[in-house]
Amino acid sequence: MTSPPTFLGMPPFPEAARSAVSNPQLRHNLRKATHTIRDKRAHVVGELSDWAELRAAGAAIKDRTLRRLDEYLLAAEAAVAAAGGTVHWAADAAEANRIVADLVRATGETEVVKVKSMVTQEIGLNEALAAEGIRAYETDLAELIVQLGDDLPSHILVPAIHRNRAEIREIFVREMAEWGVPAPPGLSDEPAALAEAARRHLRERFLSAKVAVSGANFLVAETGTLVVVESEGNGRMCLTLPETLISVVGIEKVVPTWADLEVFLQLLPRSSTGERMNPYTSMWTGVTPGDGPRDFHLVLLDNGRTDVLADTTGRQALRCIRCSACLNVCPVYERTGGHAYGSVYPGPIGAILVPQLRGVATGKVDPQTASLPYASSLCGACYEVCPVAIDIPEVLVHLREQVVEGGGHRAERAAMRAAEWVFDDAKRLRTVQRVAARSRRLLPRRAPGPGAAWSDSRALPEVPAQSFRDWWVRERGAPPARPPAAPAQPPVEKNRIEEDDR
Amino acid sequence: MSSRAAILARVRRALADVPSDDDFPVARDYARAHVAEGVLELFVAHLRDYRAVVHEVAEDALPDAVAAAVERRGARTVVTPAGLPPAWTAGLAEGVCLADGWAYEQLYDNSINNRPTVADRADRADILTTSTLDTADGVLTAAAVGIAETGTIVLDAGPGQGRRALTLVPDWHLCVMRAADVVASVPQALERLDPGRPLTWISGPSATSDIELDRVEGVHGPRTLEVLIVR
Ligand code: SF4
Repeated sequence: MTSPPTFLGMPPFPEAARSAVSNPQLRHNLRKATHTIRDKRAHVVGELSDWAELRAAGAAIKDRTLRRLDEYLLAAEAAVAAAGGTVHWAADAAEANRIVADLVRATGETEVVKVKSMVTQEIGLNEALAAEGIRAYETDLAELIVQLGDDLPSHILVPAIHRNRAEIREIFVREMAEWGVPAPPGLSDEPAALAEAARRHLRERFLSAKVAVSGANFLVAETGTLVVVESEGNGRMCLTLPETLISVVGIEKVVPTWADLEVFLQLLPRSSTGERMNPYTSMWTGVTPGDGPRDFHLVLLDNGRTDVLADTTGRQALRCIRCSACLNVCPVYERTGGHAYGSVYPGPIGAILVPQLRGVATGKVDPQTASLPYASSLCGACYEVCPVAIDIPEVLVHLREQVVEGGGHRAERAAMRAAEWVFDDAKRLRTVQRVAARSRRLLPRRAPGPGAAWSDSRALPEVPAQSFRDWWVRERGAPPARPPAAPAQPPVEKNRIEEDDR
Repeated sequence: MSSRAAILARVRRALADVPSDDDFPVARDYARAHVAEGVLELFVAHLRDYRAVVHEVAEDALPDAVAAAVERRGARTVVTPAGLPPAWTAGLAEGVCLADGWAYEQLYDNSINNRPTVADRADRADILTTSTLDTADGVLTAAAVGIAETGTIVLDAGPGQGRRALTLVPDWHLCVMRAADVVASVPQALERLDPGRPLTWISGPSATSDIELDRVEGVHGPRTLEVLIVR
């Protein structure tokens, strides 16, 4: 087994972005994928005349939950326990990994099957289990492609978006035998044939698995019900067939009541895959004798979330339901792909969530993390599509402030490179500006709520409409210098930037 | 301090700006449903959108419709959950039905505080093993609720639906949906469902778009979903 992939040691965003942008295959795949999904999304969102009301309700339910999070967590714990589940609390990644490893070891098993889960990637669970002699098998098709290819996920919804069919075929032919049932002889690169190969590869594993690990999309405090939405049925396999199920769930996944699901089960599938409903949604409450696992463990994870909660501007990032709509509309993501963000959470949500989870407010984050709030032109398209109305540009500006306050010269350099990257290509710039012009009027002129104090004191003209360059000029008094490392780049089109950003 | 206490303390510290009697309002001015008429037609159209096979039948024609579907499929063994009306399978040849004896109704009286300790599936001779399920050609079930706006069928382990594995392992799912159980919207469906039960929401056959976003039907769940709608 090759050593598990890791995001640690990634170069800062601008450098990673530059290498991604120069890969034409990657850019083609990304463009096709993001445009396809966003067109589908627009179509099904358009079917619901009350989308604005649903979106407002989604945001309000999450805010309501976050503002009394301790109470809702205790209610969820009690309900899960009453239904026969066992609840564990993990302050950080290491503790969550240890809890899961101990639970697996207690079953006597050395293998687990996994449902696609962002949070277990966030904590590096597979690697931690491997260190304990436990092999974790990813079962989502895209995650399987990523795992077999010893690769990293690059999109929340379609983690192997950067791979084309020929590459996937090659990975299957080369690696499947090493992990279990080999690829069938003469495997073609037709998606149906590749999916069939994955079905056969995993079938035996599902039928014999004793332990499964999942995340969850929602945890209902009132009833203790967990919800997993998926497409392929691998989730159902993992949630239903094994004897022991361990679900690792971030503390922000709680919703107060059963009825609240009526909002999120409309918002999520339409925002995410652009479908009216995803093929399968599983809901379970504790254990049901004779149906599904006989042991259910819920691991509630903090891992930096309480730090996010403490930031009155940044806490709105905890509303996120991981639909990935913001990735698909982001002009920066479309060009760089997910890997450039150096985290399991790429795109606009990654740019605001990851720095906060890693403690940007303390001023002690690595240059990669410090560069993330600059991985944006502040065009506002992400806010517009977000089903829970997270004002991502507002949080980005807020985090840039924190970076500059805490960061010193490393952060400055990262910012400079981001500026160069975002603005050094005329075509790229035009796209960014077009999107910006369309969405600017939807954004608040003044940061609402507690963030207002900051924007007032700095006499910001129009917070989200401001480009990086404006920000830089205001903070530093002169346009960012171009680093000598990139002499071949065309000069910045200075006048156009200023004209459009006024 | 335990991590539980530590996390709760950190949450409370993080919320120092929030008044202790905070009651953040949620406006519920979204629609309870988006359609009032043509609900069944919409349900059928959306199921077909997902490439499910749909037939509409009268109640007394159901046994023939089931038999015809089984014959078209060429299925020789069909899993039948406890509580399935015997009339539904009356048209099938002997030996086709593989009965599974698991019944939610015998385990619970729908009160979350009254959870019995029950003999597990391994101790029950009338419960099919996973490997037997894997050899079956299909499964025939009833359904709890249908949702027209999303083309969704919800199973809640009620009579004729069985445990979750039954509709997961066999490759063909033949589902009987009563027109009276089809509602317009997700909010209406949730009102009818009991969160204490294991629930499976099915919207078309298993599918993936993970390879170049080409939709491929059937990865791990049943590759064919066939729905008989009883008027
Ligand atoms: S920030 Fe909003 S749009 Fe982006 S993934 Fe989260 S919920 Fe979806």
